[in-house]
Amino acid sequence: MITYEWLYVLAGVAFAVWAALSLKDGRWGNAAFWALLALSFLAGSHLSDLANGVLVLALVAIAGMGGLKRSDPPTTTPEERQAHAARLGNRLFLPALVVPLTAVVGTLLYNYTPLGETGLFEARRETLILFGIGVLAALVGAMVWQRPPLMAPAQEGRRLIDSIGWAAILPQMLAALGAVFALAGVGDIIGGIARGVIPEGSVFLTVVVFAAGMALFTMIMGNAFAAFPVMATAIGIPLLIQQYGGNPAVIGAVGMLAGFCGTLLTPMAANFNIVPAALLELKDQNAVIRQQVGTAVPLWACNVLIIYVGAFWLWS
Amino acid sequence: MNYWPLAGIAIVVLGFALRFNPLLVVVSAALATGLLAGLDLVAVIEALGKAFNDNRYISVTWIILPVIGLLERYGLQQRARAVIEGMHGATMGKLLVAYLAFRQIASALGMKDIGGHPQAVRPLVAPMAEAAAVKTHGDLDDDARDEVKAMAAATDNVGLFFGEDIFFAIASILLIQGVFEAAGYPLTPLELSVWAIPTALVAFAIHAGRILAFDRRLGRVGR
Repeated sequence: MITYEWLYVLAGVAFAVWAALSLKDGRWGNAAFWALLALSFLAGSHLSDLANGVLVLALVAIAGMGGLKRSDPPTTTPEERQAHAARLGNRLFLPALVVPLTAVVGTLLYNYTPLGETGLFEARRETLILFGIGVLAALVGAMVWQRPPLMAPAQEGRRLIDSIGWAAILPQMLAALGAVFALAGVGDIIGGIARGVIPEGSVFLTVVVFAAGMALFTMIMGNAFAAFPVMATAIGIPLLIQQYGGNPAVIGAVGMLAGFCGTLLTPMAANFNIVPAALLELKDQNAVIRQQVGTAVPLWACNVLIIYVGAFWLWS
Repeated sequence: MNYWPLAGIAIVVLGFALRFNPLLVVVSAALATGLLAGLDLVAVIEALGKAFNDNRYISVTWIILPVIGLLERYGLQQRARAVIEGMHGATMGKLLVAYLAFRQIASALGMKDIGGHPQAVRPLVAPMAEAAAVKTHGDLDDDARDEVKAMAAATDNVGLFFGEDIFFAIASILLIQGVFEAAGYPLTPLELSVWAIPTALVAFAIHAGRILAFDRRLGRVGR
């Protein structure tokens, strides 16, 4: 059975190669950072929790001291790229499409045909594993097709990972912060405060506080998944459903979407808001968020109305 | 009630506002929150290490970078620009609105892995949008180019967030179902996912309108 552990080996090897190339390039900070991450992927399952924790602190120390720099590995010039693009045409898009197609078509086949009964993949992990398989297929395909130098994919990958830098592990780090918040009972405290500010007897204002709590707590945590159980058990279920008799499906579904509006507004949702700013080499780290404010705020207000109308007017 | 663990949230907000390194901010917040909740330092570091290790699957997706980098070596971005330049009447506004619709519909059908920032926005959508904007408005300064690229990324996010919940077999819908079932309200995923449709339509209307307004504004800034 193919499990996530296989993917971790693949990622570990990639980061180890980037560490070695950084070392050869004399970029000590980058080399140490990617080497620690390689260690986490290759050996993390066998290290103690404390060792993994110290590894995290070491990664953060390197990043915090500004140890990660952009790199300049050998690649083609803009003129060469223009010439290649003219020569290869739209066929260039094919390897890029192989990855999502493998993930999506493979997931559908695995779930809706007898293929799933083979138990080839760890349960509920098939999409990401198929993504890994798609990456390998696209890489082998592109190598055979264009025959670049053997180290070209590693060097081109290093060019990109070094341009992303520490932001590459921010999403994973935020997920870890969420786990510590849960352990410390932060969700219970927030739920208690939210209950305290609601005026008695007003359905509309309760909806507003519920949706605002979803958006604000999502902004703090960086994802709506952490906010939803807190706000649903603090306000959604006891007040909106039990006390005021609202429709549970509307309150659940649209409440979550009110949280997604918060995701558009926060640097904590690094995957969606900070990583792309690094990937696109934007000067302003918050440039993506700035473009999203004008959509997120009115859309949040519309979600409040959808909950109010859908869960209370249409329902009763 | 002990409100001190909330200091972690204050550290996050302040740290981001003061532009400290985000990794440093996040780990400081985690350590402070754990300590203020009464855990000892070693226990907090262990919790952090375990959680970081359990969430490694999030960072696995970077293995796609060698593929994208290799294709860029052979002119992927240049080709994306050429495709747009060859289209007649392709404005940035029309292009991004079309991408928004495509992303929402594909996500609603469960294909949320088509698109995304490393796979689609950097190599394709952003260069296409930039090329289309230059084609209609003439040469743009760096700030305007950054705004166009940021709008491309924003469009990918909006399309994903307000399309994916229409597909019933998605983590967020399963989470809602799980929370409500535990509270004694059994719902089917389909009952929940139909209620994602009104918000999806409103999201399309608002964001598409903003994209088109942005395109018009770029034209007016006199170049």
